Amino acid sequence: MSTRLATGGRLIDRSQTQNFSFNGKRMEGHAGDTLASALLANGQTLVGRSFKYHRPRGIVASGVEEPNALVGLGKGHSFEPNQRATTTELFDGLTAESQNHWPSLEADIGVVNSALSRFLPAGFYYKTFMYPRPFWKHVYEPFIRQSAGLGKAPKSTARDPDTYEHFYVHSDVLVIGGGIAGLLAAKKAGSEGKDVLLLEQTAHWGGRTPVDGGEIAGQDAGVAIDSLIAELEAMPNVQMRTRCMGAGVYDHGYVLAYERLTDHVPKSDGPRHRLWRIRTGEVITATGALERPLSFSGNDLPGVMLASAVRDYVVNYAVSPGARTVVVTNNDDAYRTAIALVEAGEKVPAVLDARKDVNGALPEKARAMGIRVLTNTGIAKVKGLRSVVSVDICDQDGSGDVRTGIPCEVVAMSGGWSPVVHLWSHCGGKLTWDDAQACFRPNPERAPTGDTGLGFVSVVGAANGNLTLDACVADVGGKAMSPAEKPLEPVWIMPAKAKGKHRRKAWLDYQNDVKASDVALAAREGFESVEHAKRYTTLGMATDQGKLSNINGLALLSDALGQPIPQTGTTTFRPPYTPISMGAIAGEARGELFQPIRETPMHAWHDANRADWEPVGHWRRPYAYVRKGESVEKAVRREVNNTRENLGLLDASTLGKLIVKGPDAGKFLDMMYTNMMSTLKVGRCRYGLMCSENGFLSDDGVVARIDDDTWLCHTTSGGADRIHAHMEEWLQTEWWDWKVWVVNATEQYGQIAVVGPNARKVLEKLGGMDVSKEALPFMAWADGHLTGIPVRAYRISFSGELSYEIAVPANRALELWDALHKAGEAFGAMPYGTECLHIMRAEKGFIMIGDETDGTVIPQDLGLHWAISKKKDDFLGKRAQQRIDMVREDRWQLVGLETLDGSVLPDGAYAVTDGTNANGQRNMIGRVTSTYYSPTLDRGIAMGLVEHGPSRMGEVITFMRDDGVTEIKTRMVDPVFYDKEGAKQDV
Amino acid sequence: MLTLKCPYTGIMLDESELEAGGEAHLKRYGPESSDDDFESYLFMRKNPKGVHFERWRHAYGSGKWFHVARCTQTLEVFGTYPAQTLKPPQEILDIIAEKRPGWSWDMPS
Repeated sequence: MSTRLATGGRLIDRSQTQNFSFNGKRMEGHAGDTLASALLANGQTLVGRSFKYHRPRGIVASGVEEPNALVGLGKGHSFEPNQRATTTELFDGLTAESQNHWPSLEADIGVVNSALSRFLPAGFYYKTFMYPRPFWKHVYEPFIRQSAGLGKAPKSTARDPDTYEHFYVHSDVLVIGGGIAGLLAAKKAGSEGKDVLLLEQTAHWGGRTPVDGGEIAGQDAGVAIDSLIAELEAMPNVQMRTRCMGAGVYDHGYVLAYERLTDHVPKSDGPRHRLWRIRTGEVITATGALERPLSFSGNDLPGVMLASAVRDYVVNYAVSPGARTVVVTNNDDAYRTAIALVEAGEKVPAVLDARKDVNGALPEKARAMGIRVLTNTGIAKVKGLRSVVSVDICDQDGSGDVRTGIPCEVVAMSGGWSPVVHLWSHCGGKLTWDDAQACFRPNPERAPTGDTGLGFVSVVGAANGNLTLDACVADVGGKAMSPAEKPLEPVWIMPAKAKGKHRRKAWLDYQNDVKASDVALAAREGFESVEHAKRYTTLGMATDQGKLSNINGLALLSDALGQPIPQTGTTTFRPPYTPISMGAIAGEARGELFQPIRETPMHAWHDANRADWEPVGHWRRPYAYVRKGESVEKAVRREVNNTRENLGLLDASTLGKLIVKGPDAGKFLDMMYTNMMSTLKVGRCRYGLMCSENGFLSDDGVVARIDDDTWLCHTTSGGADRIHAHMEEWLQTEWWDWKVWVVNATEQYGQIAVVGPNARKVLEKLGGMDVSKEALPFMAWADGHLTGIPVRAYRISFSGELSYEIAVPANRALELWDALHKAGEAFGAMPYGTECLHIMRAEKGFIMIGDETDGTVIPQDLGLHWAISKKKDDFLGKRAQQRIDMVREDRWQLVGLETLDGSVLPDGAYAVTDGTNANGQRNMIGRVTSTYYSPTLDRGIAMGLVEHGPSRMGEVITFMRDDGVTEIKTRMVDPVFYDKEGAKQDV
Repeated sequence: MLTLKCPYTGIMLDESELEAGGEAHLKRYGPESSDDDFESYLFMRKNPKGVHFERWRHAYGSGKWFHVARCTQTLEVFGTYPAQTLKPPQEILDIIAEKRPGWSWDMPS
């Protein structure tokens, strides 16, 4: 059983006890513990169930590479799944629960999967659950999702109470990794006067060196590191951050880092996580190396751990992972574990070394300490049910005939080390295969390149393949001494000629439950590309991202394909290096700050007058003003009826207002609009259409000519910025010699539509300008004053009623709005919202950009030929509208639609005809684009696009409800439902 | 996340301030053009692994359009220049020719 040792523990403070719970069980740890070390100190070796087979799993590693010890942390609103126990610093009150088990960790029902694991190989789900097809959605998927998967997502009602922030930083040099190589690299860059940012993902500087030991510049390594840190802290141009992981390296020196500020002190003030958005001249990755597991039968039992992790727990936390530890290795480094255990008073029955000749300095030291070293020896099988009981040992070069058994509780394994090349690779750095150390290392000839074309990432230390302390320090120009290590011998499967029954229990990827036999199967079934094999087997997916499983899997795939490892290559390393919280990604952008809301000058008035809000672009507009006891639907009807009968007031301030000015402005607008704008007389308005160069209708609105060289173009509410940019693009990139200036004055003006039979009366009551038909006829505009406020009044109508749109300086818009309501009381004035606006325009057959158009509709489809100039040689979209597809006779074209029973057509409904298409769907001949209940006509009205529609007026066609069964008989009619002559607006 | 130097102000701009506008130096074909020419203008775009001329707009800033000559493979930026031109500046063409022997400017037809 794992336990706390009586003495030692470099990182713990025994004077401080911290209480925590695991699966509801109360436990104690010390300040400085990780959750993993504290669990082991409490004898908790079983920490989770595996992904697919629900096998019992224990702690394997001591850092970010941990595949098994993923837990749910916290409760309620603060619950967070899939947190690694090895990187979770213990705090008083921590609550953790294990994952992927049911009903309990100890007695998991899904373990039946394990008994059937022979029948659940790679690709099993793909092969087995294909048919019958409807079963996938309703039977197989819900079942598989229940039994597979890692932690549960927080409840949808949970609201993260913590705060997060983004941090923008520039530096000359960014050093990622605070081990010995990173510290030395930061010192070097710092003493050259550069601005240096140094990041370390853990809470401690020094990396592996304080545990593994050695001599740096004649000093004990631990002492040397302490003085290095002091030197760096004294440099004003060096910034150092612990608990801050370099997450991803991107183009041109852009780097994301993830800082965990208060995870270890949960009730502190300030943000919990911080996302650093760094732009740096140079990136130095000093990300170290990760130890590889060995692939032998039963290597996933709780108690089988990485050799380096075992000595981390002993040295850093004074935790013994178990009473007797067998070390199994193919290299000298793992002997450090045997030595550390014996020095701590623990028992090491044997070191099993796969190599035949073992005579390095570390093995000799182990032998001298009395540790038994068995050469050419491997593990045939690990025995035990929920934890290691013993190992059966065998010849490594054999097929697994058992020599003898050794009782033990822990197996410390080492398959060699793999440099952490993730950050180097994120932005295109290439790798080279190091045969001697059996690992991929960065190829300095092929670094990620920046905007100068030169490499902007370099790698130092163990991450660069310099795996011993002396080589690592020398890589940064320093001097260190460490015991000479003899070469490792690559071991990809143990024993070398392992049989099927052993390969089926030899795990490569613990987290995703991928075994040696799965990779061989993938190769046999033709998944030869490493990227395909990865997806078929799920090797190295999820949070592992190739940290533990990569090289062993590649080596076995290469073996199965009979090709060298470099030819197989690696899968793509993608950021982030380890998972980062969604909160950090969102940063401050949540709630009200998620997206800024644009407010008109009357916004607060609307809010105070019971506006039912509707988002329109970044604006909020009142959908309707709902009175007490009234439904939204009723409110809309009331607003329509009142506007048609009395007086309606609309806040139209969101309408886009672009001022186009200059000697060539007329010529320019003739290119922008399909109709002629240069001939518009000063003082008059004209409705215009804008198309993209593809010919498709993009925006519409009324244009007013202000003076000889000035036009004011109204755009749709959502379109102002887009159309402004569209105009600028053509002016800057095509007709840059034309003298035209465009200003977006949308927010400089409030705009109020005064609509209805009493519109003129209320303006006359306000007084100050002549608004008579003679002075201000339909489609004219005039400047003047109303009740002392400067205004520009446009006689334009989007409702079919007598209507004035009054533009007013934004800072006086609310004043005019109030005055209109006050003066309008006598005339039945009521405010109206966007739905009333929409209904009234539909009753008049006016199109709406985004309803009748969807980016595939040309003006000709909408019967707008009258707004397309035939006199102009050119305008944007003209040539495209001559293309064969655009002049096709059977294009769907605009019609009005009236159901025979007067009901309202469903939005987006399709008109069907006889026969079916290639997909077995009913043939379609049209669709609904706008549909409303018309209070004016007391029936459903709609517009739609129908094949040959305009020439089939009066015919009855069939629309379908979305149940796919119910037919709605509908007559095609003139889209102008109300006041066809236009008499009401022109009075 | 590229950084590109604004040719008008000399300031380094972050990609998050910019909007991409696709291939630069397209020749516009209007109403009298042939179907082939118009199709090519409207739809056909170069997509090289290597030297490319692109349009970018400082959308969250000055609103200015400019052109970028860069390598889509190495992300090297050879130069940026104002959009009001039919042809890249000679000095940028010279830089590219020096760095990419055998490469030559292909004037759009």
